[in-house]
Amino acid sequence: MVTRAGYDDVVITCPVTVPYVRYSIRGAHWFLAGALADLLKRAGLSKDKLDGLCVSSFTLAPDSAVGLTQHLGLTLRWLDHIPMGGACGIVALRRAARAVQTGDAGAVACIAGDTNHTNSFRLNLATFSQFARDAVYPYGSGGANASFAFLTAYYMRTYGATREDFGKICVAQRNNALKFPYALMRKTLTLEEYLNARSIAEPLRLYDCVMPCAGADAFLVMRRKQAEDLQLPCARILATLERHNAFPDDPIQYRGGWALDRDELYAQAGVGPQDIDVLATYDDYPVISLMQMEDLGFCKKGEAAEFVRRESFTADGSFPHNTSGGQLSVGQAGAAGGFLGLVEIVRQVTGQTLGAAVPNARLGLASGFGMINYDRGLCSGAAILAAGQ
Amino acid sequence: MPTLPPGPRSRVALGLTAGAALGRLELQVCRDCGTVQYPPREACRVCLSQRLDWRAQDGGGELVSDTLLRHSNELFYRERMPWRLGLVKLDCGPVIVAHLHADCAPAPARVRVSANLDRAGQAALVAIPEKDTPNMADDRQLREMTCDPKFRKVLITDAKTPLGHALVEAIVAAGADLVWAGHAEPWKKPPGFERLASLPQVSLVPLDLTNSRAVKDLAGEIGGRVDILINTADHHRNFGIAARDGVETARTEMDINYFGLLRLAQEFGPAMRARGADGQSSAVAWVNLLSIFALSNFPPHGTYSASKAAGLSLAQCLRAELAPAGVRVINVFPGPIDDEWNQTLPPPKIAPKRLAADIVDALRGGAEDVFPGDIAQDWVARWRDNPKALERELAAHQF
Amino acid sequence: MSETALSQLIADLAGGHIRIVDLTQTLSPDFPQIVLPPEMGQAWPFRIEEASRYDTRGPGWYWNNFSCSEHTGTHFDAPIHWISGRHLPDNSTDTIPVKSFIAPACVIDCSKESAADADFLLTVDFLRKWERRHGRIPAGSWILMRTDWSKRTDPVAYQNLDETGQHTPGPDTAAVQFLVDERQVLGFGSEAIGTDAGQAFHLKPPYPCHYYMHGSGRFGLQCLTNLDLLPPVGAVIIAAPLKIREGSGSPLRVLALVPRAMANLASMAKKTNTRKRSRAKKTRR
Repeated sequence: MVTRAGYDDVVITCPVTVPYVRYSIRGAHWFLAGALADLLKRAGLSKDKLDGLCVSSFTLAPDSAVGLTQHLGLTLRWLDHIPMGGACGIVALRRAARAVQTGDAGAVACIAGDTNHTNSFRLNLATFSQFARDAVYPYGSGGANASFAFLTAYYMRTYGATREDFGKICVAQRNNALKFPYALMRKTLTLEEYLNARSIAEPLRLYDCVMPCAGADAFLVMRRKQAEDLQLPCARILATLERHNAFPDDPIQYRGGWALDRDELYAQAGVGPQDIDVLATYDDYPVISLMQMEDLGFCKKGEAAEFVRRESFTADGSFPHNTSGGQLSVGQAGAAGGFLGLVEIVRQVTGQTLGAAVPNARLGLASGFGMINYDRGLCSGAAILAAGQ
Repeated sequence: MPTLPPGPRSRVALGLTAGAALGRLELQVCRDCGTVQYPPREACRVCLSQRLDWRAQDGGGELVSDTLLRHSNELFYRERMPWRLGLVKLDCGPVIVAHLHADCAPAPARVRVSANLDRAGQAALVAIPEKDTPNMADDRQLREMTCDPKFRKVLITDAKTPLGHALVEAIVAAGADLVWAGHAEPWKKPPGFERLASLPQVSLVPLDLTNSRAVKDLAGEIGGRVDILINTADHHRNFGIAARDGVETARTEMDINYFGLLRLAQEFGPAMRARGADGQSSAVAWVNLLSIFALSNFPPHGTYSASKAAGLSLAQCLRAELAPAGVRVINVFPGPIDDEWNQTLPPPKIAPKRLAADIVDALRGGAEDVFPGDIAQDWVARWRDNPKALERELAAHQF
Repeated sequence: MSETALSQLIADLAGGHIRIVDLTQTLSPDFPQIVLPPEMGQAWPFRIEEASRYDTRGPGWYWNNFSCSEHTGTHFDAPIHWISGRHLPDNSTDTIPVKSFIAPACVIDCSKESAADADFLLTVDFLRKWERRHGRIPAGSWILMRTDWSKRTDPVAYQNLDETGQHTPGPDTAAVQFLVDERQVLGFGSEAIGTDAGQAFHLKPPYPCHYYMHGSGRFGLQCLTNLDLLPPVGAVIIAAPLKIREGSGSPLRVLALVPRAMANLASMAKKTNTRKRSRAKKTRR
């Protein structure tokens, strides 16, 4: 096992959410600007004191992070753009933490956000990646729904998971979301409703799919000393992992990169899965949440269905999971979906929850997954955070 | 304008389309390590070699997962819900997403994968059952990609030639609802023509492709109902340059083989464009009987070759103009047909019945460039391999 | 004297005492064209392509381009058309003396015989019989063989082809020689495609009308119509071919001037001056 440097006293502070809306006439710049302004206000930092920026957005085109510097009047020493979808939060954290750790930047604002016009989704899908354009989109143009239908059907057939198992996850997340002020889904969801909902791509039905929307999420990465000076609650970074294009020869995706790197993750953090108080998985589809539960060591491969049947996943349950509701109930604001879970874990372990709080949450694990470049999610990431003090 | 499946592809992905145009599943194979690649790419996914060659594959594979799509982001598919899709692990290596035939058993199951051209004129991978099932061609999704004459109305522009005659019979046998059999030169009565006219599906229509007004009038009458147009009109004489004085013969070859196509396209094109890919009753195909001589001039039939080359170029123009309507232009390049114009050529020649069957197969399949018969296959292989060498071989009359 | 004759002509035309009969078929793509064996050079049928019609190609006008053979539709054959006349002086449409373009005509009625036999041959006997009724054929006349073939409006029937070729009436060798040598006619005109009979390649020499007429510097007219409106004698034909350099012939307007008293008044009352060649129309699905 490779010994990697820890993160010393680099911390995350100021979890921020720009309220999600279903559709917006604004551009992505508007949401990102809103997140940045909120970060600076909470932190009590003036704009000219910020010297690092990390951006993720699908709808910022033709701009990338660079355009944003001039658009928002920022002069920076460190800049990055993370186009990794649902893994962008974890990856942004890893980049920003090393920058701050080495002194390349003093404080880095990590922001992810997207707008959503009525045709945004279709336009994004059609040109999502070269492989998608050439070898997936022409086949039914169902988007990720079709790809994950394949994965879900395979997983169900291979491991005996049922729709009831997936439904339990969705219902629990909906219950969590009812307390979260920014969730777009505001009604309870029963298992009955989940099971009988409109079919999208068999076996996936309506409540297996996220609702695309507009919004942004963000956080700041800085040295602990600066957080204390600014009197900001903060979370320490115990360990992270990042892996792209894991298991390329698997005929279909039933495991992700976490399976390759999780032992090193826990070793670096000095904790085990049983020590985690709250988990945020990337939940574009419930099957992926089950996959993350397995690959991050919370149960054995193929046994997530059993695990789901045993545990309860609300904030007050035996295994608090996606406690703000996850994307499935809050909404997917484009790249912000990659920040949503991480931001919720920061809120939980720093006692700044907006919705249901997990009692005595000291250790949280946020997982990221994304970029269905062709037939599988290429990016996987995870971070174990601990309460600051 | 009718809706179409998504069209844009990267250039490297057009290699798949080139294979599908010939009715073949071709995938990239690394020359250095042998790995078969999919999706199409610029370098080997195993050894990074940039020497990737498109090679035919047999398409056998295992259906790993399947789904029935009930929601789509594209209008074309929304109009055709639900739509069956499959994820297939090919025996040759890659995992592919394919349209899934209704008769394929749910995963896990053995399937065969082929590359068809879809309505947008791009390659589409289709997984069909390992063994043929009854009425397999009637699959709703497959019919969206093929131009099967079954239940359709077909115009054959010259039904009086041996090929035209055989084609009328073949199209009727393939289940067409109605076949308009075009004919010119009313004084010419080939044997069996009267019998053809008496078939219940057949309607004789006068059609002289050298007469603009006649073409326009016929289009006015039937143009709005033609689903498949097969242009079999062909004026074929056996002269190069020196063997004939004056341009009269060559002018007539051009007037039918090139201008005839232009007149047809101007008069029948607009209605077919408007009815393209139009659900159940739609214009789906335009077939041009070209000639292998169109690719590389055959000097003993030099002016004829030139007229077919002109027809080929114009057919490519027509293909581009009909593409937005999802109407496929199929170009057929037979070698010498076993008829009076090729009597002096030695065998092998393609029998009109065989050629007619190949045309029907092309309509049922997913190809758009068809090379029926041994000569055509040989000729096009030589042409693709080294067109300059073929030019020399033809000049030396090595055929 | 001639000034009076001309003004009299104009006055008679205006007053209806002289009728003009149009002996010309309408030039259209539907009119049948002679077809030679495929190894021969062919005569193009009449084809016409619009250049513009008050549209983007020409907003204020309508015009066409047409193409055809020199021997398409109602047309004139010049001596240079046949091998036997190739070396004669003034033998092409541009050099034939223009006085040949206005001439009297004798109309030989073979309509009954042609109706009974499509391969009817006009003989010397038949001509002599005609002369006994109508007088000696004057030198410099057109001989017009009336067969009513122009009433065959179906192009297939008009061309009358089968495996052995075309079957249309015409003169036999002796009749042609008689007309040339004994009567010094101006030329021969017919209603069918060809001044010679359809099967004239079997005669000796083949195509005797072409051979001897053109070989003696005489002319031909083909695909005439309305010959049934002309008197046996007395009509004056105006037939002036296009002035094509070295032309072997040309489509043209053939007009007959006929004194009213001699015109077939009953027939004229039934017909109009413009006749369309009908196409066989079937009901189509």
